[in-house]
Amino acid sequence: MNLDANIPSGPLEQKWDKHRFDLKLINPANKRKFKVLVVGSGLAGGSAASTLAELGYEVDCFCFQDSPRRAHSIAAQGGINAAKNYPNDGDSVFRLFYDTIKGGDFRSREANVYRLAQVSASIIDQCVAQGVPFAREYGGYLANRSFGGAQVSRTFYARGQTGQQLLLGCYAALSRQIGLGKVRMFPRTELLDIVVVDGQARGIVTRNLVSGKVEPHVADAVVLATGGYSTVFFLSTNAMACNVTATYRAHRKGAAFANPCYTQIHPTCIPVSGDYQSKLTLMSESLRNDGRIWVPSKNGDQRTANQIAENERDYYLERKYPSFGNLAPRDIASRSAKEACDAGRGVGESGQGVYLDFKDAIGRLGEDTIRQRYGNLFHMYEKITGDNPYQVPMRIYPAPHYTMGGLWVDYNLMSSLPGLFVIGEANFSDHGANRLGASALMQGLADGYFVLPYTIGNYLASAKLGSVSGSSSEFTGATKGVEDQTKKLLSINGKRSPDSIHKELGRIMWEKCGMGRTEAGLKEALKIIPALREEFWNNVSVLGTGSELNIMLEKAGRLADFLEFAELMCRDALERNESCGGHFREDHQTDEGEAKRNDDDYSHVSAWEYKGPDKNPILHKEPLVFDNVKLATRSYK
Amino acid sequence: MNLNLRVWRQSNATDPGKLVDYPAPDISEHMSFLEMLDVVNERLIVKDEQPIAFDHDCREGICGMCSLMINGIAHGPEKGTTVCQLHMRHFKDGDTLVIEPWRARAFPVVRDLVVDRSSFDRIMQVGGFVSANTGNAPDGNAIPISKVEADLAMDAAACIGCGACVASCKNASAMLFVGAKVSQFLHLPQGHPERKSRASNMVAAMDHEGFGNCTNQYECEAVCPKEISVSVISELNREYTRATLTSGSD
Ligand SMILES: Cc1cc2nc3c(=O)[nH]c(=O)nc-3n(C[C@H](O)[C@H](O)[C@H](O)COP(=O)(O)OP(=O)(O)OC[C@H]3O[C@@H](n4cnc5c(N)ncnc54)[C@H](O)[C@@H]3O)c2cc1C
Ligand code: FES
Repeated sequence: MNLDANIPSGPLEQKWDKHRFDLKLINPANKRKFKVLVVGSGLAGGSAASTLAELGYEVDCFCFQDSPRRAHSIAAQGGINAAKNYPNDGDSVFRLFYDTIKGGDFRSREANVYRLAQVSASIIDQCVAQGVPFAREYGGYLANRSFGGAQVSRTFYARGQTGQQLLLGCYAALSRQIGLGKVRMFPRTELLDIVVVDGQARGIVTRNLVSGKVEPHVADAVVLATGGYSTVFFLSTNAMACNVTATYRAHRKGAAFANPCYTQIHPTCIPVSGDYQSKLTLMSESLRNDGRIWVPSKNGDQRTANQIAENERDYYLERKYPSFGNLAPRDIASRSAKEACDAGRGVGESGQGVYLDFKDAIGRLGEDTIRQRYGNLFHMYEKITGDNPYQVPMRIYPAPHYTMGGLWVDYNLMSSLPGLFVIGEANFSDHGANRLGASALMQGLADGYFVLPYTIGNYLASAKLGSVSGSSSEFTGATKGVEDQTKKLLSINGKRSPDSIHKELGRIMWEKCGMGRTEAGLKEALKIIPALREEFWNNVSVLGTGSELNIMLEKAGRLADFLEFAELMCRDALERNESCGGHFREDHQTDEGEAKRNDDDYSHVSAWEYKGPDKNPILHKEPLVFDNVKLATRSYK
Repeated sequence: MNLNLRVWRQSNATDPGKLVDYPAPDISEHMSFLEMLDVVNERLIVKDEQPIAFDHDCREGICGMCSLMINGIAHGPEKGTTVCQLHMRHFKDGDTLVIEPWRARAFPVVRDLVVDRSSFDRIMQVGGFVSANTGNAPDGNAIPISKVEADLAMDAAACIGCGACVASCKNASAMLFVGAKVSQFLHLPQGHPERKSRASNMVAAMDHEGFGNCTNQYECEAVCPKEISVSVISELNREYTRATLTSGSD
């Protein structure tokens, strides 16, 4: 397997410029002869599809929701980073680059991250031009705030709805191209396979979720922008239908999967309240700017929050990390909450919760200011829990939120399968072992607006693309494979609903491959997941037919892939004998309970190659080389 | 609590459909409305009955996918709330809940409670944008915009495109939806070069899709989960008049 990252030579600051100059161009009149399939209409897919169409390519775009505007990116609340240095507080491209590398616990590629920081400023310009209503200061200029463990204010935001507004900007650009006939949009359409011809990705097979029709689509290149896989845990902050199907099926067709065990558990979510729970709601991290996190100092303290005196409270983040305090990075804040709860100091009925308290901020700034800053979040919290956070502290607990792992890509964002490009959360490239707040939106739009449109041109200009037809054996074979799987799922006639099996998988993953991982636990998971998979294939119930809107069939298909993918995650977590970022191996920690990296043996990307249904995947390693930063122990003390 | 559900079941677009009764015992008041439906569905599956199809995704009140009429009210009784964020504590033991899909000519039913809202997308395709190709943009701070105007733009931009406004309007008018987009761009200088074509094209598309006229009932504002104000409708009316009465295109 070729894992050459194709990083351009030369100094870090000049790589992207130089690379763009070296890339082959396609004459404007010829671009329309190339067809590109963009799967996904979130920030990554939406921006790529519209930009490629503006450049003149023929584009088909797919999403499983009823409209491209509803991609999961819509849910992002907090903001988007950019190295604009508008507040004049010392930010720079290099600082954003350094923060991202360090925040990722030195497990990402320097060149990719630097480019991300470089193009970040253009993203804001582009979004403003589209009419994205970013927050403004009274002078009319763009407002910034500090977010998610950054010591500079580089985060742009639109109330608590930044993802929504950025996505609507993207959706508007996409809609314009659809209206002009430059993009054909396929909503309620799910990718179920990738088609490889002569070693190149040349198309996909989809199922129309309304009619059930299975169809081949032929193209010159395929772009996956299908988001992350946090829903492997069943309960997560992600939208219900997020899934791993597109990337996992691509993996089965030859694309390496990188660092699948790197998942981010977000510290500030509303705790689980019962078995019926379908998702965990994120409370924006911006709340940590003014809220103070604490638990009772005494184990098993059953009193209500307001009955517990100041000196009986443990503001554990402020105690352990005096310089970052409540703004400690996500992985650290999450783990500390788990530690407190595991020690019996958790709050709420389940004991799986900690307080996020605004009493001091309200005292200092007044309720009005707090309402102005967080009114909608407080309102949402009250709606869900029935508690009023102006009077009692919020209760929060960590929840699966983001997946840094994804399909392996090179500097051009091309996977190890030629012609298959992967952008946004679906790839692995920029966040290492832990993502900083407000950086996913930045990466999705960087990939889609400013990176992929260049690099895909180079591929199309230089690859030898033979003529391919949808009736070739590769396409008919893949189509039949999809139809066969549908038939198989419908014929099991078992007793268990897809959701009940998914919940069981989620519990296994949360316990064994969640916030704290151990060798023994992972080994156990590797035994029970295959058994659960067996159970699924023998006992799942999928009613109805394949030729109608069938929600059980959709769920079962996605779950089938999760049941294989979960094993890959555990395998990767087991193999990575160190702690780094969101991957915390309890057997690798410092005396103070911090993550202990092992740079000598694990300073690499783990890229897994699929070998067949009952065979073990093969691990390939792409070494990470750091020429511009010094590897340091992350300290937020 | 124990509830009685009367749910619209329709197996496809051509099936006439009907209301079917389902008892829903042992519902926790902490569940969201959709979690309650999940529980009902799991019980149906155990009995080998097809679960009730409904649209949903984010369950955070932001994607605009969920879309249910509960006892004749779009998104149910809680003001400013999507049905995914509505919790069962707002209902009482013994309540009968009639659950139906959005009803409008321009939103045909796909199955059960799922409708086709692609007409909204088609309206956006003719004018719900600023034509700014990637790469064209000046520095973000080169266009100062007063905080007041930016906030007004944001108020309108908060629309999630769920279609509750249409579902609750006796004329099935889409004026609140279209008004929200026109208003957003009206309050931003970036929107001005195309303001005429935007207003006239979007209104024409809205008529073409079969949405009705606005007769100032304001049911739309009452159910809008993002509490978009009907003032966007007056803005749309003004913009439309301006576009038709003044000469020349943008
Ligand atoms: C609650 C929440 C809050 C967040 N807040 C922030 C924040 O403040 N700042 C920040 O930077 N990041 C935030 N994030 C992370 C960020 O929102 C996501 O990482 C990012 O939006 C992902 O964008 P994407 O384009 O890669 O994928 P998505 O937006 O998930 O889009 C995936 C697309 O792929 C399509 N798709 C998937 N599979 C298939 C298939 N098989 N066939 C066809 N189509 C398919 C979907 O329909 C969809 O259109 C947040 C995430 C969550 C969950
Ligand atoms: S499910 Fe997204 S708004 Fe209700």
